[in-house]
Amino acid sequence: MSRKMNVSSKIYLGLVYFFLYAPIVVLIVFSFNESTSTSVMSGFSFKWYGELLRDADTINAVKNTLFIAVISSVCATILGTAAAVGIDKMRNKYLRSAIMNTTNIPMMNPEIVTGISLLLLFAFSSQLLGIKNALGLHTLIIAHITFVLPYVILSVLPKLHQMDHHLSEAAMDLGCTPVKSFFKVVLPSIMPGILTGFIMAFTLSLDDFVISYFVSGPEWQTLPIRLFSMTKKRVKPDMYALSTLIFFVMLVLLMLINFMQARGDKKKEKDK
Amino acid sequence: MEKKTLSAKLLASPHIVWSVLFIIAPLIMVAYYSFTNADGNFTLENIKALSDYKEVFLNSIWYGIVATLICLVIAYPTAYFIARSKARVQSTMIMLVMLPMWTSLIVRTYSIMSLIENTGIINSFIQKLGFEPIQMINTSGAVILGMVYDFLPFMILPIYSVLTKLDNKLVEAAHDLGADKITVLTKVVLPLSRSGILSGITMVFVPSVSTFYISQKLGGGNFALVGEIIEGQFVTSNNFNLGASLSLVLMVLILICMAVMNHFSGDEEESSGGLMP
Repeated sequence: MSRKMNVSSKIYLGLVYFFLYAPIVVLIVFSFNESTSTSVMSGFSFKWYGELLRDADTINAVKNTLFIAVISSVCATILGTAAAVGIDKMRNKYLRSAIMNTTNIPMMNPEIVTGISLLLLFAFSSQLLGIKNALGLHTLIIAHITFVLPYVILSVLPKLHQMDHHLSEAAMDLGCTPVKSFFKVVLPSIMPGILTGFIMAFTLSLDDFVISYFVSGPEWQTLPIRLFSMTKKRVKPDMYALSTLIFFVMLVLLMLINFMQARGDKKKEKDK
Repeated sequence: MEKKTLSAKLLASPHIVWSVLFIIAPLIMVAYYSFTNADGNFTLENIKALSDYKEVFLNSIWYGIVATLICLVIAYPTAYFIARSKARVQSTMIMLVMLPMWTSLIVRTYSIMSLIENTGIINSFIQKLGFEPIQMINTSGAVILGMVYDFLPFMILPIYSVLTKLDNKLVEAAHDLGADKITVLTKVVLPLSRSGILSGITMVFVPSVSTFYISQKLGGGNFALVGEIIEGQFVTSNNFNLGASLSLVLMVLILICMAVMNHFSGDEEESSGGLMP
């Protein structure tokens, strides 16, 4: 339903975008401020970025975040893609919907409930096993895999539906083993879905605060947790600098996803 | 052939095991902790203690409803105008809506905080103009503003994706049959976009009701919402059992709210029009 817009709707949209972006722009501008003030611009400087680079805690948090995001998105992509292939083959309607509904629970539940439910599980099992401090890197990774899994499955499943199933049968008729036909025929045609799922999983993992907050323990800080603890002290522009960096990383990732989707659409049109 | 599908089905089994271990078992743990005390014995104390938090729950739901309604009022026209703009501009405009959604909630809440602080940009501007600074942060308005700002994209996107698929011929047909603009909107466009509105409401209401950092950062702890109380039980007072029972109730309450909403919007086409003021 595209038609020409009139002036008042343009003004309305302008105001909404102003509302969405003004606070972020203010934050970005003041991250380059020379003084500690967060309301008066006294001069342009990169010094807060320099300070960030010298802050060992922040650097550590960046490393942790990236490490957890890579591990959990790779694991979730493998686990999720395998699951999607299996679910796609299932003909039992009830089993299928039971699995899908369970998979979707972390998406529907409030994040805080997902976070504390995992925390309780870890607390309970460490009590059983007699471990003192259960929380750490492994609990973070388990939690991240759990909440990004549905996004991987939901981006791979539609690609499997769209796929022509005669193709893999044809490959097997021509002498491919089922495994070979999977890698030669099925995998390439669902690859765009897998990639989208992977990038979504990666981004969500980078971004997550609430769930990580509950399962991280004192020794493993991720970037959003670091940012949260930084806001407890007096407001300083180094947090603005960190926020600005996070914002631009997300911008790049989002543009990458958009670009990939646009390329996928173009390819689809070409195929037709 | 049979064998092949069986082995393909087995591919889902690691995921099934994972879901049982890390989705189902944790939820059972929430129920288990709700009904036990610190020593692991059965008790109803945590459930009884909930009556002290009646106001907190009502407050949270009230804040959630207000924030959701404001989001809906702002988002519907936004999604509508985006869906009507030229195809080339549309994808950019939608990306600009998604970008804040993908940026950490902490960053976004923080950017609002930096604007409305007592020494923030708005107040220093007001002072420059020669007026007294206004107390904005640590008010209930600030908490609502934070919720609306943080979750507005979650309302715009689902409504947009429904509107953009809407068959324009239906709108034209309504016009041809003599309907004026308002009638077309209330009788054709709004009912057809109901599913988008509903998922938008869910996506804003659930995080608003359960948030803890928004009320912490923008409300200064003056407006205890249930998320903040739960966080307190786990992080500061170390009362996992009470925290679990509060989360259990939060989960059930949200389910009930969703069911009520689906019930009222599901029966008649007219009623979804009623969601718009």
